[in-house]
Amino acid sequence: MTLAIHYPALQVVLPLLAAPLCSLMRGRDFAWAFATLVSWLAFGIAVALLFAVRADGAISYHLGGWEPPWGIEYRVDALGSYLLAIVTLISAVSLSFARLSVAREVRQDQHALFYTMWLLCLAGMLGIAITGDAFNIFVFLEVSSLSTYALVAMGGGGDRRALTAAYQYLVLGTIGATFILIGIGLIYMMTGTLNILDMSERLPAVADTRTIRVAAGFLTIGIALKLALFPLHVWLPNAYTYAPNAVSAFIAGTSTKVSLYLLLRFSLTVFGPTFSFGKLPLNEILAVLAVAAFLIFSALAILQENVKRLLAYSSIAQVGYMVLGISFASVTGLTAGIVHLFNHALIKTGLFLCVACVAYRIGSVRITAMAGLGRQMPFTMFAFVLGGFGLIGVPLTAGFVTKWYLIMAALEAGTSLGLVAAGLVLVSSLLAVIYVWKVVESAYFRPAPAGSPPVREAPLALLVPTWALILASIYFGIDTRISVGVARDAAVALLGGIS
Amino acid sequence: MTWLGHFNYWIFVVLMMIGLYIVISRGNLVKKIVGLNVFQTSVFLLYISMGKIWDGTAPIVTDALMDGRPVAYSNPVPHVLILTAIVVGVATTALGLAFVVRIKESYGTIEEDEIQHMDEEAFLARSEHLGGQP
Amino acid sequence: MRYDGVPRIVSKLLIPLILLFGLYVQFHGDYGPGGGFQAGVIFAAGFILYALIFGLRRCREVLSDGFVRIMLAAGLLLYIGTGLASLWLGANFLDYDVLGHDPVSGQHHGILLVELGVGITVAGAMLAIFFSFAGRDETGFSGADDAEAEAEAEAEAEERERAETGA
Repeated sequence: MTLAIHYPALQVVLPLLAAPLCSLMRGRDFAWAFATLVSWLAFGIAVALLFAVRADGAISYHLGGWEPPWGIEYRVDALGSYLLAIVTLISAVSLSFARLSVAREVRQDQHALFYTMWLLCLAGMLGIAITGDAFNIFVFLEVSSLSTYALVAMGGGGDRRALTAAYQYLVLGTIGATFILIGIGLIYMMTGTLNILDMSERLPAVADTRTIRVAAGFLTIGIALKLALFPLHVWLPNAYTYAPNAVSAFIAGTSTKVSLYLLLRFSLTVFGPTFSFGKLPLNEILAVLAVAAFLIFSALAILQENVKRLLAYSSIAQVGYMVLGISFASVTGLTAGIVHLFNHALIKTGLFLCVACVAYRIGSVRITAMAGLGRQMPFTMFAFVLGGFGLIGVPLTAGFVTKWYLIMAALEAGTSLGLVAAGLVLVSSLLAVIYVWKVVESAYFRPAPAGSPPVREAPLALLVPTWALILASIYFGIDTRISVGVARDAAVALLGGIS
Repeated sequence: MTWLGHFNYWIFVVLMMIGLYIVISRGNLVKKIVGLNVFQTSVFLLYISMGKIWDGTAPIVTDALMDGRPVAYSNPVPHVLILTAIVVGVATTALGLAFVVRIKESYGTIEEDEIQHMDEEAFLARSEHLGGQP
Repeated sequence: MRYDGVPRIVSKLLIPLILLFGLYVQFHGDYGPGGGFQAGVIFAAGFILYALIFGLRRCREVLSDGFVRIMLAAGLLLYIGTGLASLWLGANFLDYDVLGHDPVSGQHHGILLVELGVGITVAGAMLAIFFSFAGRDETGFSGADDAEAEAEAEAEAEERERAETGA
């Protein structure tokens, strides 16, 4: 297997190669079929890399044959391979779903470009996860962000607010990315290197300078903007609400996850736990923001009338759980945060796909419009209920696994702040019960409006990907060997600096 | 006068603040893009001035180097990096302006508060319409 | 502008020189200052000047939207193709050493091909951006409106690769 040693490069190159080819395609579904095929191939590569890393440890690939730190290194470690698998899986499943949904929402002549953007976005995200070079991260971040802005704006066929949402996302996203660029520049100034491993080795010598502290500040704020961490979340609800449905599902499962990866990578690998959590009070700041995020946005989600917006608010809350896990700065806490990357990606993408099924049939995503759908679209709505259980964290769903580890981490920490946070996680879960119930109540316990036309169940091509994700979220709630196993490996590797 | 010694950083900070201020304070969507550009340009200056050495030359083979004399040269890496960042900036600007054009076409204005006002009115009109239904 | 003598004649004199200079910057980039980025922009500037003076329609007769789109894709494909070729010849992605009979000539061939790819895509991106902004009439109709958004992202992607070779 000579090809196998090139998997790290191919992981990024494959979607990047496919993107220009895709842009030239004509005909009804060629572009879609091609993009889907490429996406599944990328998933195959990601799985191969995941197992290779599990077996033999981190893989390093030297682009152009230049040794790091002079050349650019692609480095796949436990955390990176986990993220690669998540991103490619979500992309492959939502692309499989996309054909009918996109055909209805995006102008026919733009389809080839739509899938081109999707592949570029995928390539960018994979690049972020795989590259071992700090500046490369910025470039990939912008590749994925710019294509995401364009994808969001393509929802504009139906609703002009998609344009303002995309514009707002562009302005804030660019500020975030530029902050990250400033942070990387300041680190480069002090260490003279761009290779992440090299940086982490040279940083302790200069860690006590103001430049490095400022760099940490810029990086954290820039990443928090991309991550939609409260209070820097303003772009997220509109972007998720007005994007085409398949795109909402895709970015809900991936873009915030990639940003969380960046937070972990910079605060733990580059700066190291002793700097981030010892010299800087990063864990306390993150804990407060995280708790505020999930309390406020679980509560606000209850007030939403639009299901996509409701799910978007819930996403901000879920980002709070992940960040809370990180803020415990312990192996269990990090495991909770990292495993929630995966669990939340499955659950939230599954839920957005359910909503996309509903939108495909009734053309609306308002809760009132969903009255009576429980009987008319039983499979779709039941999938939504199961996904909702995951959001709440009912036992035997993936969401429960996360909350279990979060509360374990809080008890392990034993501080009063940790205990309060654990209690508030439970409160937030109760709030999640309410907002999920609102949808369920409308769908199952209200009659369909009199005189409304009968609604058929969503077509099989939409139901299969949706159920695949929902069932996966149940499966990984029961069998946690792989999901938690890899997450724990990643957490141990990240905290390696603490002795 | 040490605080003037790093005047390039002062320029960077001042430009960055001007840019951010424009983005935050202006309601006109085109002006926001302009602010974003000023902001990004300040970062370009930070990188480029970082690589400069007094009396440093371009990092190419010169006669002095061939004669074996020591040659001070500027660090080319930040320049290469920022070349990339500039093109990223151009792409962002073009995409942002494309959005502005489309927004102008569908709303008829590029003032943020007017757009917000129109969205709210549309929202209220629709809720009333829904409320009126039996 | 069409009946204005001075800009017409001056631009007619200048455009060939601009294009020639673009080619010089492109192919001299491995020894002197220059490279695909700058060359692509200069090259596109020649066509944009022509469009400004003689009208967008006549410029588009030479460079149709479809052709510009192919340029965008072709440059990126040339770039990745070079990388895959070195992979095929048994080295790492974008390792040019194996592209010639010895590493030095290999590096030469590699960088020329890659820069050519960058140049084509950058020129295509600039033209696509110009055409789609300039070609959008008052009623808001434009055939190529997201082609330009795409141009962005591709220019972007190009960037990244530039970073890989350059940094």
